[in-house]
Amino acid sequence: MNNLKTILMASTATILAGSIAFAQSEGGTELEVTHWWTSGGEAAAVSRLAEEFEANTDNTWVDGAIAGSGGTARPIIISRIIGGDPMGATQLNHGQQAAELIEAGLMTDLTDLAEEEGWRDFVNPTSLLDACTLDGRIYCAPVNIHSAQWLWLSRDAYESAGLDVPNNWDEFVETAPQLREAGLQPLAMGQQGWQQSLAFGAIAIGVAGLDAWRAVNVDKDTEVAMGPEYTAVWEAVANAREFARGSNVQDWNQATNMVITDSAGAQIMGDWAQGEFAVAGETAGEDYECLPGLGLNAVLDTGGDAFYFPLVEDEAVKAAQMELASTLMSPETQVAFNLAKGSLPVRGDVDMSTANACMQKGLEILGDGNILPSGDINFSADIQTQIEDLMAEFWAGDMSAADAQQRYADLVGQAD
Amino acid sequence: MTAIEQDRARGAADGRREKSTRPSRIFRNPMAKLASLPMIFTALVVFVGGTAWTVFYSFTSSSLLPRTDFVGLAQYERLWTTSRWIVSIKNLAIYGVCSLVLTLVIAFVLAALLDRKIRGEAVFRSIFLYPFALSFIVTGLAWQWILNPDFGLQGLVRGWGWESFSFDPLNNPDIVMFGLLIAGLWQGTGLIMCIMLAGLRGIDDDIWKAARVDGIGTVKTYVRVIIPMMRPVFITALVLIASGIIKLYDLVVAQTNGGPGLASEVPAKYVINYMFQAQNLGQGFAASTMMLLSVVIILIPWAYLEFGGRKQ
Repeated sequence: MNNLKTILMASTATILAGSIAFAQSEGGTELEVTHWWTSGGEAAAVSRLAEEFEANTDNTWVDGAIAGSGGTARPIIISRIIGGDPMGATQLNHGQQAAELIEAGLMTDLTDLAEEEGWRDFVNPTSLLDACTLDGRIYCAPVNIHSAQWLWLSRDAYESAGLDVPNNWDEFVETAPQLREAGLQPLAMGQQGWQQSLAFGAIAIGVAGLDAWRAVNVDKDTEVAMGPEYTAVWEAVANAREFARGSNVQDWNQATNMVITDSAGAQIMGDWAQGEFAVAGETAGEDYECLPGLGLNAVLDTGGDAFYFPLVEDEAVKAAQMELASTLMSPETQVAFNLAKGSLPVRGDVDMSTANACMQKGLEILGDGNILPSGDINFSADIQTQIEDLMAEFWAGDMSAADAQQRYADLVGQAD
Repeated sequence: MTAIEQDRARGAADGRREKSTRPSRIFRNPMAKLASLPMIFTALVVFVGGTAWTVFYSFTSSSLLPRTDFVGLAQYERLWTTSRWIVSIKNLAIYGVCSLVLTLVIAFVLAALLDRKIRGEAVFRSIFLYPFALSFIVTGLAWQWILNPDFGLQGLVRGWGWESFSFDPLNNPDIVMFGLLIAGLWQGTGLIMCIMLAGLRGIDDDIWKAARVDGIGTVKTYVRVIIPMMRPVFITALVLIASGIIKLYDLVVAQTNGGPGLASEVPAKYVINYMFQAQNLGQGFAASTMMLLSVVIILIPWAYLEFGGRKQ
């Protein structure tokens, strides 16, 4: 009996010693990173981040992917931070989403690192860094820029209907009835509020022009929201609603698939649709066309993803957090990550010459400085959800443009 | 020892005996009470405490985190002017009434048919109960495909040659709730049927013999004699169906996600969306308080009739 005990204890000790030695030989810290990048292209982009992080530091990236979209993942991430079980770092969209967590003192201040590395000198546009800033302190590291104002067109759909591919939204509106006659769906639209809200935003920038758009979205001016520019916007959206009739798909990628398979003429969707075209083996300029700003106003908004670092006690984890933040902003990581993701880099000083034709268009607009703040930056989640509800009701039913305009203006008035 | 003393001693002994056989009510069955303490604690803290907390914060402007910044009834005013909430209430009412009536009728008819001592009863019972083994998420996804116009029922019938056949509830805002109803009934009726069947099996054979002697028809016996005798079973079924209706959420999320537009939104989905997606806790709490209130409004008259009447 005693012998058995000794053997057991000895083996336990050996295992313990072994594991301690293992942990020491690792040297660095394990850092758990949560995000909701789970589709094929997105997962590839994340693995670039992990590779760069592990190659440049001696820490280990522990992947905490959360399946489902941001709407599913955000509550999980936020409740973990509030509930006292913070991860090492997490993806969020910059803007108002994390503002309250920062106010509650749950996020790590990155200002010292940012000043040391001079983030403000190379982050372009600087509004991205402003979105990470609260009371003059920086709390997040932006990693990419996504823009929503793109019209994706199928070349084959237009050719089979005997039409020229439109160069802007107005030409698309003219040709849409002919597409319908040729038995094609003019506009593919997923029946979800956020997609309809995205389309509305893109049409608003195109039709109302930048001044009116800024007055409504940035200054929250309800008079402009009720004015003639926005009346024109709502009429254009009511028009688009007719072009989208018969498009009964739900998810955005199913709608993109209608354009890829040439059964629909066009889709209004963000630049992430590019990934779907790439996976389907299509080439920009040959199989499909892209029109940033719907071809009317060559401007893009600058939403995107950022990494936040919840406040932790452990000094080793703190150090690893700073190293990750530094890695995320490095030129090599920016290029590798954004080429895989199909998004634009947050640094104006990196070489993106290998990007495809559509990304080049985006880079050019970014270089010219024709940029706008994104919806996540302009409106709180509450107002955005209400706008999405309004859009879902408008696009699926037969609400008049005038009624919708009145309700939209009311929501703009509620925003602060 | 005098007679009086003897009497007194007997009386004391009696008193002592009475005390030992009938202790204070609180200390009767101490082990059972000890064992139920965790449940009592859970009910008080989690249910009652949680409810009070929710109602309390529904009067504040809490957004992502709870805050004690009181705004009076503002959240409720906003709630009742939000068209999505109004639509949700209407949808739940349609689904609730249809689901309650149809579940009870279908389940009772199926149970009565099985009770006629048919052959292969066990097989049918399993078939009817089987959908209940699936979660609402799986049910919703399965019926999303079955009701898909291209791949599901409509495509199948058209493939058989009936080209003009049209059945596409999930993309039609007017009838989308009935698309959900079909899935809900398919999933839930089996359980209610089993409860009814158990109730029917509890009816004494002598009742049937008496009815036969009196020359009462089978259907009439069911309606006039058996159903009134099954009152407790119906109450159980009613509670199960009603709780299923009020918490309707996962089926909608899986099958239609509230679409097309807002045509199949339900109150529970409004609560979840506003609490987490819109990061507006106050609004979500106000909506959930209204859900609680509607349950209470139905429950209190019923409880009064059920328990208040018995005392008299």
